[in-house]
Amino acid sequence: MRTAAKALVAVSLALAAPSALAHKPSDSYLAISVEGTEVSGQWDIALRDLDFAIGIDDNGDGDITWGEVKAHHADIAAYSLARLKLRSGGADCPVHATAFFSDNHSDGAYSVMRFEGACQTEAQAIDISYSLFADIDPQHKGLLRLEHGGGTRTGIFSPERATQSFELEKISALTQFFDYAREGVWHIWIGFDHILFLLSLLLPAVLALAGGRWQAVERFPPAFWDVFKIVTSFTVAHSITLSLAALGVVSLPSRLVESAIATSVVLAALNNVFPLVHERRWMVAFFFGLVHGFGFASVLRDLGLPQNALLLALVGFNLGVEGGQLAIVSAFLPVAYWLRATWLYRRLVFIGGSLVVTTVAGIWLVERAFNMKIITP
Amino acid sequence: MSIIRTYTIGTITDWLRAFALASLAITAYAAPYIPKEDSVVLEHLPVRPGDPVARELRQLRTELSANPRKRDTALRLAERYFALANAEGDPRYVGYAQAALKPWWDLPAPPLDALVMRAILKQYSHDFYGAMQDLTAATREDPRNARAWSWRAAIDMVQARYEQARKDCLALRNIESDLYNAGCIAYLDSTTGKAAAAYRALSEAFARSGENSPEIKVWVLTRLAEMSLRMDNAKQAEENFRAAYFEPINDQFLLAAYADFLLDQGRPDEVIPLLVDWVRSDILLLRLALAEKALKAPKAAEHIEALRSRFDAAALRGDKLHQQEEARFNLYLIGNKEKALALAQENWKLQREPRDARILLEAALAMKNPAAAQDALDWLERSGHEDPGLRATAQRLRALKP
Repeated sequence: MRTAAKALVAVSLALAAPSALAHKPSDSYLAISVEGTEVSGQWDIALRDLDFAIGIDDNGDGDITWGEVKAHHADIAAYSLARLKLRSGGADCPVHATAFFSDNHSDGAYSVMRFEGACQTEAQAIDISYSLFADIDPQHKGLLRLEHGGGTRTGIFSPERATQSFELEKISALTQFFDYAREGVWHIWIGFDHILFLLSLLLPAVLALAGGRWQAVERFPPAFWDVFKIVTSFTVAHSITLSLAALGVVSLPSRLVESAIATSVVLAALNNVFPLVHERRWMVAFFFGLVHGFGFASVLRDLGLPQNALLLALVGFNLGVEGGQLAIVSAFLPVAYWLRATWLYRRLVFIGGSLVVTTVAGIWLVERAFNMKIITP
Repeated sequence: MSIIRTYTIGTITDWLRAFALASLAITAYAAPYIPKEDSVVLEHLPVRPGDPVARELRQLRTELSANPRKRDTALRLAERYFALANAEGDPRYVGYAQAALKPWWDLPAPPLDALVMRAILKQYSHDFYGAMQDLTAATREDPRNARAWSWRAAIDMVQARYEQARKDCLALRNIESDLYNAGCIAYLDSTTGKAAAAYRALSEAFARSGENSPEIKVWVLTRLAEMSLRMDNAKQAEENFRAAYFEPINDQFLLAAYADFLLDQGRPDEVIPLLVDWVRSDILLLRLALAEKALKAPKAAEHIEALRSRFDAAALRGDKLHQQEEARFNLYLIGNKEKALALAQENWKLQREPRDARILLEAALAMKNPAAAQDALDWLERSGHEDPGLRATAQRLRALKP
């Protein structure tokens, strides 16, 4: 009867088993980001699994506390990172733990470990070997989320598929071009100093200086051509210095550049209140456009230029800046032309606005030249 | 670069997208955090290190790591872990059992005891094909291996190979007890249209067999309850369910079947006390949430979200072990009929028990798509299965046909 009893239980369990999988099996969540030669990531591993592998519940009370986990952070890093190999171009990309946290997934508490490292060369493909818990729980799986160049891929590691290779696909040239163009547009939109400089120069375009007094222009074409000359010379000038700086031909300290940009805004706005240059404002636009180009270049440097598509990115960014600029100008000109004869435009916008711009840019100048914060958050 | 772009000069759409993703992530998992104090308890271990079970497991593991090829130790450890997997419903233990069998896991012809254990572990992960191959090899090597035959019967039943299952039961005739043989044949007969006769045979054998362990009693009583339902006798079913429930052991299969019975009877309020302590179990949480939804209980939303995140997690790892439950979840808890039908169809390819047919028929009915459940309709005809609820659903589905 004894064997019979056991066997009958075996049947009952067999019949129950297909739906009796009550819990989630053991998984870890591995996020890896590869940018250039840099590798960084986050690895969430269940505390239950870590306890089974290396023992975390030191006082043996069946509860794992944060203190017990903290005491084992070095062990967790050593144990887990020894079971994760990243390779690129035939060489290891060693990584080390940088920070630890705790988190809860749908099946309990996890240790969260952030890590960083580097490959020797910029990765074309990355081989990931994953053997965490392979020896103690072959059912364990590692769920990978790999991020590269703005794209995300996923993979599932198990003892049967312990090593997987991921091509780090190049982003298409077109995508890259549009990415940089979009950044260019965005930068001109949020770059108040560039917009204020341009607007300060454009404000007088619908007015004419007659006997030391501002008069509304009578026809649209002269105003349009005035704007055209200013915008074009500003564009040509900053394209030149942007390219030179981005290609590393010329380099200026950013404090100097930023201060000079603030100065350009002050001068352009003051010129409206105390007219000095009128017909030749395009020359002012050209001269200071050279300075603004260096400012754009520093943004591009922060973004990081792709070495394999340098020119494409540069042209894309520049065209983006021009596009953004054009949008501002085409919104400005008709309104300014329509309002040009009103008191609102001539006194409030033109003189009042210019004074405000002068003040703001003057504060920027002090901030930038002396590296202090007054109004900039 | 993507990081710099998002944080320094990211576009508004980038921000919106990042925000949307972040809020999704928050609903799925909380963000990583640093607990305020060292004394914060993060996790409760299911087995305390000081428990006798844990001590025994530790001792066996130590023995095995000193000599990983010592087969009787490895098998003892695997058996212990498999029993834990069933008691706790935690598949981790199946992984631990598999690790104990590592020296024999990939062998084409391991020794008989390791071969049978390997088959049992494989079927747990729904590798029915691999398990069947091992069991066939085992019964060929030892035609009197009761364990191998009984697992064959179990798998043949799950996959609706009834003739084969009958052969498996008959092979046990001279090597197992009267109750065992009656149980095997009755289980088969009650699925294939002879529920009343099966009920009589099993209850008589049960009465003849004298005193039995709680495990056996629960198994027999649960089967008798199921047979009663197929005979359209709810009162008799409930008596058997309750008798099984008051045995001093926990059995998830019994709780799930009992809860389903109460739900079908329109008594969701009685499901809550039955399952309130079982939220860690996916299959029982599903029944609890169904009852709570029927009662419009405040906990329903929370439990539905918990189930959703568990199914999402299973999908991430590529698991297909919960498709029947996930289909029910989609059909009755979140109203995604289309997905429910797709899951029920996928599940039917692997598992063909009456409850697998039921969710497929119900999902097809909800989608008004009888063709999608044609396999289950055919199965119902061929098997002669009697469950009145199943037959009524099939009838309504057939009536939809042009």
